[in-house]
Amino acid sequence: MAFINMKNKEVQAKIVYYGPGRCGKTTNLEYIYQQFRERIPSEMVSIKTHGDRTLFFDFLPFDVGKIKGYSIRMQLYTVPGQIKYDATRRLVLKGVDAVVFVADSLTVQREQNLISLKNLQDNLAAHKKDIYHIPLIIQYNKRDLENQGIPVMSIEMMENDLNEKLKVPSIPASALKGNNVVVTLKKIISMTMASFQKGL
Amino acid sequence: MSPHDKSISLMEYALGQDQLDKIEKILLSELVASGVHCVLLIDFAGNIIAKGDNANSRIDVYSLAALSAANFGAVEAMAKIVGQEEFALLFHKGETESLYFSKVNEELLIITVFGKKISLGLLRMKVADVVDKIRRIWKTGS
Ligand SMILES: Nc1nc2c(ncn2[C@@H]2O[C@H](COP(=O)(O)OP(=O)(O)OP(=O)(O)O)[C@@H](O)[C@H]2O)c(=O)[nH]1
Ligand SMILES: [Mg+2]
Repeated sequence: MAFINMKNKEVQAKIVYYGPGRCGKTTNLEYIYQQFRERIPSEMVSIKTHGDRTLFFDFLPFDVGKIKGYSIRMQLYTVPGQIKYDATRRLVLKGVDAVVFVADSLTVQREQNLISLKNLQDNLAAHKKDIYHIPLIIQYNKRDLENQGIPVMSIEMMENDLNEKLKVPSIPASALKGNNVVVTLKKIISMTMASFQKGL
Repeated sequence: MSPHDKSISLMEYALGQDQLDKIEKILLSELVASGVHCVLLIDFAGNIIAKGDNANSRIDVYSLAALSAANFGAVEAMAKIVGQEEFALLFHKGETESLYFSKVNEELLIITVFGKKISLGLLRMKVADVVDKIRRIWKTGS
């Protein structure tokens, strides 16, 4: 849940990047960190294994600037995607305001995307949040592999698998190359802000 | 009725200027004035609600808040696994700086960063006192 500080006129909200293991959540945050050094008041925090897999979360506080006189800080988090880390994943979702679901375009990851999306729904429910009501975007990541001779799913197929019922905004991207990473971030920020408009 | 939140009702969670002023005054006069280097009042999502520090403090408070909320959550989950409601004392001792965590209520946590000038025993008493006061202010606000 977002927190408004009436005294300092500051809003803090939490955006979580969710998705299966190795889909590119950490890579999204790393790209944002590189691009916006000046808006980020501190170092990126990553709790990870020696093999660079997220163990608990990555954390990046991001200054959006002022809206209606309030300075807005979005706290960006990733979860660990590996199935065995479900307990820590649920902890990271605590107080979440919006979610970017990063789906892996690799054909071999089709089943993993579905499992992870279902897991998101369950873990949101554990925090009394509804996947159909929280601001949510699906990012189809690793589109750069399309022309590399590696089997990649079409956008249509992924929409059918993941977004048929949800009908949320979806964006093809390459976190590695930086394509549409910032577009994804801007979109989820504006959806988060829209969900707050009533409150401010 | 579905048990889920239909919308995010922010106002429920906004603290008034008055309450925040009171809380920050308490943090300063009872903890920072006694030699605590930095004190943060955070929620379990990792947001900073209020803070107090001395002028020399150069701590990255946003990261500290995010990590503390997660760490506290993890320790609570571990307590449940071994059949405990919670562990009473959360304290990390360093060579020159130490950390002490104290739960205020279901929403809030206090993190104190302190050095050698103040003993853990005295600090615990002071924090307990502050927790009491914040609980009262929080109640009147919501
Ligand atoms: N080709 C390509 N590779 C990518 C892309 N995004 C991420 N990767 C690679 O995929 C691997 C995993 O990326 P991470 O960002 O660590 O994945 P993650 O989702 O954080 O994984 P977990 O922490 O285990 O949940 C790394 O080798 C990345 O370089 C992309 O858009 N294209
Ligand atoms: Mg990761």
